[in-house]
Amino acid sequence: MFHLNSTFSTLRKSEKIIEGLLWLSATITILVTVGIIWVLLSESVSFFSEVSIVEFLTEKEWTPLFADKKFGILPLVAGTFLTTFIAIAVALPIGLTIAIYLNEYAHGTFRAIIKPLLEVLATIPTVVYGFFALTVVTPFLQQFIPGLAGFNALSAGIVMGIMIIPMISSLSEDAISAVPRSLREAAYGMGSTRLQTAFGVMVPAASSGILVSIILAISRAVGETMIVAIAAGQQPRLTLNPLVPIETITTYIVQVSLGDVPHGSLEYRTIFAAGLTLFIFTFALNNISFWIKKKYQEKYD
Amino acid sequence: MTNSDINRYKDKAFQIFGIFCTLIGLVVLAVFLIDIAIDGISRIDWDFLTSLPSRRASSAGIYTAWAGTLWILVLTAVIAFPLGVGAAVYLEEYSRKTKLANFLEINIANLAGVPSIIYGLLGLEIFVRQMRLGGSLLAGALTLSLLILPIIIVTTRESIKAVPRSVRDGSYALGASKWQTIWNQVLPASFGGILTGIILALSRAVGEAAPLIVIGALAYVPFAPTTPLDEFTVLPIQIFNWTSRPQEAFLTNAAGAIIVLLCITFLLNGIAVYLRLRQQKKVKW
Amino acid sequence: MSKKVYKLEAKNLNAYYGNFHALKGIDIAMEEKAVTAFIGPSGCGKSTFLRTFNRMNDFIEGFRTEGDILLDGRDIYDKKIRVDELRKEVGMVFQKPNPFPKSIFENVVYGLRLQGIKNKAVLQETAEKSLQRAALWSEVKDNLNKSALALSGGQQQRLCIARALAISPSVLLMDEPASALDPISTAKIEELIHELKNDYTIVIVTHNMQQAGRVSDYTAFFYMGELVEHSKTKALFTSPSDTRTQNYITGRFG
Repeated sequence: MFHLNSTFSTLRKSEKIIEGLLWLSATITILVTVGIIWVLLSESVSFFSEVSIVEFLTEKEWTPLFADKKFGILPLVAGTFLTTFIAIAVALPIGLTIAIYLNEYAHGTFRAIIKPLLEVLATIPTVVYGFFALTVVTPFLQQFIPGLAGFNALSAGIVMGIMIIPMISSLSEDAISAVPRSLREAAYGMGSTRLQTAFGVMVPAASSGILVSIILAISRAVGETMIVAIAAGQQPRLTLNPLVPIETITTYIVQVSLGDVPHGSLEYRTIFAAGLTLFIFTFALNNISFWIKKKYQEKYD
Repeated sequence: MTNSDINRYKDKAFQIFGIFCTLIGLVVLAVFLIDIAIDGISRIDWDFLTSLPSRRASSAGIYTAWAGTLWILVLTAVIAFPLGVGAAVYLEEYSRKTKLANFLEINIANLAGVPSIIYGLLGLEIFVRQMRLGGSLLAGALTLSLLILPIIIVTTRESIKAVPRSVRDGSYALGASKWQTIWNQVLPASFGGILTGIILALSRAVGEAAPLIVIGALAYVPFAPTTPLDEFTVLPIQIFNWTSRPQEAFLTNAAGAIIVLLCITFLLNGIAVYLRLRQQKKVKW
Repeated sequence: MSKKVYKLEAKNLNAYYGNFHALKGIDIAMEEKAVTAFIGPSGCGKSTFLRTFNRMNDFIEGFRTEGDILLDGRDIYDKKIRVDELRKEVGMVFQKPNPFPKSIFENVVYGLRLQGIKNKAVLQETAEKSLQRAALWSEVKDNLNKSALALSGGQQQRLCIARALAISPSVLLMDEPASALDPISTAKIEELIHELKNDYTIVIVTHNMQQAGRVSDYTAFFYMGELVEHSKTKALFTSPSDTRTQNYITGRFG
C-alpha cells in the first residue's frame, strides 16, 4: 500500500512562489509599456497646457531653445520623413533584389556565405554608421554635388538605408520562400524564366510579407537616432531639400539631452512631446505590420 | 531576335543586377572597415587604452569609456537575464491560451519595435528621477535591460519550444513537478539557444548611445566608475562626442575608439554564431 | 467478508477530449504482479486509458474523466492526491525511447534526485541495481558517464525502464515499448517484462498481438473507446466471446 497524500507542502509552496516570480517577470513587460505611455503622456500633458496643440501641429518653426520660442513639430517631422524616405529609397530596391536573387538565382553555398555577411551590416552600432556618413559619404558626395552641406539628410539617409538592407532582404526572403512550392513549379512549368517567375508569381504572392518588411524598415528608420544626430545636422527646417542640414525628432531629443536644460522647464518637456510624436508614428507602423502579418498567415494556413 | 531571346537577356541582366546588389552592401561594409582601420589603427596603443579623457586629442584615451561599456555589459546581463528568461518560461510553460497571454504576446512584439531613444525617456523619468539613481551605471543598465528584454524573451521562447515533448513526459512520469522538469530538463536542454539570444541582445546593448545620452550619461567623465551608482560614459557616447568635434585629431580618436567598439561587437556576435553552430551539431532527438 | 482490493481498477470510467468521447464506461480490475496487455486498433482508446493510471493526460487541454480509477483501492483522481506522488508509484515507459540528454548515470538517478536524495552511495547502489534489473548493467557499467543519447535504441529503452525502476514503483505502464525497436531489442524487452512481473504490476499497450500473447497473463481488447473483452490471454486468443474480438485477432481489421 502506498501513501499518496504524504504532505510535501514546502515543495508545493515553493512551486507556487516560483510561478509567481515568473509571472512577475512576464508582467513587467506590461509595466514597461504602461511606463512608456505614462511618462510620455504625463510630461506631454504639462507641455500642452502651456503650448496649444494647434500651434504644435501647424506652426512652421521649431525654436524652443531660442529666445523667440516657437513650437511647431512640422520641421522635425519633415526632417524625419526626409531621412526615412531616402533610407527606404536606398534599402528597398537593393534589399528586395537581394531577396529575389538569393531565392531564385543564387546557389545554396553562395547563399550560406552571403546571408551571415549581410547580417553583419545589422550588427554594427549606429554611431559607427554616423561616423561613416559624416567622414566618408558626405565628402565623397561633395565631389559630385557642389551644393552639399557638411551636414545633410542625403548622406545620413543613404547610410541608414545601407544599415536597413539586411532587414528588408531577410524579411522579404522569408516571405518569398514561404510561397508554396507548387506555385513556383507551375510558373516554371509554363516556361517562365526565373525573372518572370520572380516578378510574375513570387513577388505578388509574397507581397504582404514584403510590405511588412517595408513597414518595419520605415519604423526602424523613423526611430533611428545616432546616424542622423551625427550626420544630418541640428537645424530644424521645413524642407524636403536633402542637401542642407535638417533635424529629426530623435536628433532633437539628443540635442536637448546633451545640453543643460533644467528639468521641469518647458524646454525639458518638449522632448517628451517630441517623443510622444515619435512613439505614435512607430506604434502605428508596427501595429499595421502585425495586422497585415496576421491576415497573411490566415491566407496560407 | 525572338521574344524568348529577349526574355533570356532580361533574365541574365537581372542576375547581374542581383549580384551587384548583393555585393554592394558588402563592398560598402569593406570600404568602411578599411577606412576606419586606416584612420584609427595607428591611434591604438597602450596609452590610448589606458588614458583618461582629455581636452587635447593627442593625450585623450578611452579608459573610462571602455570601463563604462564593460560595466554596462555586465550589469545589463545580470538584470536582463533572469527577467527575460523568467518571462519567457512563464509565457511558454505556464500561461494558458487566454486573452492575457495573447495580450502579453502582442505587447512584447510592440516593445521590440519601440525606438531605443524612447526607452531613454522612460529611463530618464523612472530610474533617473523617480528612483533617484541619477545618470548612474545602474540607471543606464536598467534602461538597456528593458530595451533588450523583448529580444531575450523571443529567442528564449524559441529555444524552449524546441525541447521535445518526450523529454518533458519522461520527467513528469518520474514524479517531477512542473518546475523540477523545467529546471532539470527544459532549461539545460535549451541553454545554448538561450545563451545565444542573450549574447546577441547584449551586443545590441553595447552599441547603443541614444538612450544613455537621454538618461544623462556624460561624454566627459574624469574617472572610471567603481560602483554601479557612479556616473559613466560608454564607447558609443565617446565616439559620438569625438565625431562631433571639428578638429581632425578627434576624428582619428573616434576611429580608434570605433575599432575597439567593433572588436567587442564582433567578438560577442562571433561567440553567438559559434554557440549556434555547436548547438546545431549536437545530437538530435 | 471484506471486498477484494485489486491493484488497479477502473469503475465506469468515461473520458473526453473536449467533445470527443474517448473512453466509454470502462470497468476493469487488474491483479497484482500480473501482466495485462491492452490491444485494439489505432484510436481505440487503449493508450488514453493507459495514461489515466498515472494521469499523464492531465497535460492535454480539454481532457476530463468521469468515474473512478483506483490504485490499491484509492481513487487517484481524488483532489487530495498529489500527482507527483502518484507517478512515483506508477512508473511509465514510452513508445519512443526518451532518455534525457544527460549521462546514463544521471538518467537512472534522476527520479531520486527529484526527491532530494544526494547520498552518493545510495545513488550509486540504486543505479547499479536498476540497471541490472533492466538487463543493461553489463553493457554500460564501464560507461556510466557517457551520454545516454549515444546508446542504441534498444539500450535507450532499457535505460528508460531502469530509470522508471529506480524510484521503486509498484506499477509499470508501458506504451508500445518495443514498437520503435528492432526484433532483437524487442525480444530483450519482452524477456525483461517476464522477469519484472515477479515484482511489479505491469500494463502494456501493444499493436502486436503475438507480443501480447507472449508477454501477458491477461489481455483486454478495446474498440472505439469501449472495453470489449478482458480475460486470461490464452482464453481471449483461443476462444474470444465477442465477434469484434474474433475479427480483430484474426486480422479482419485494424
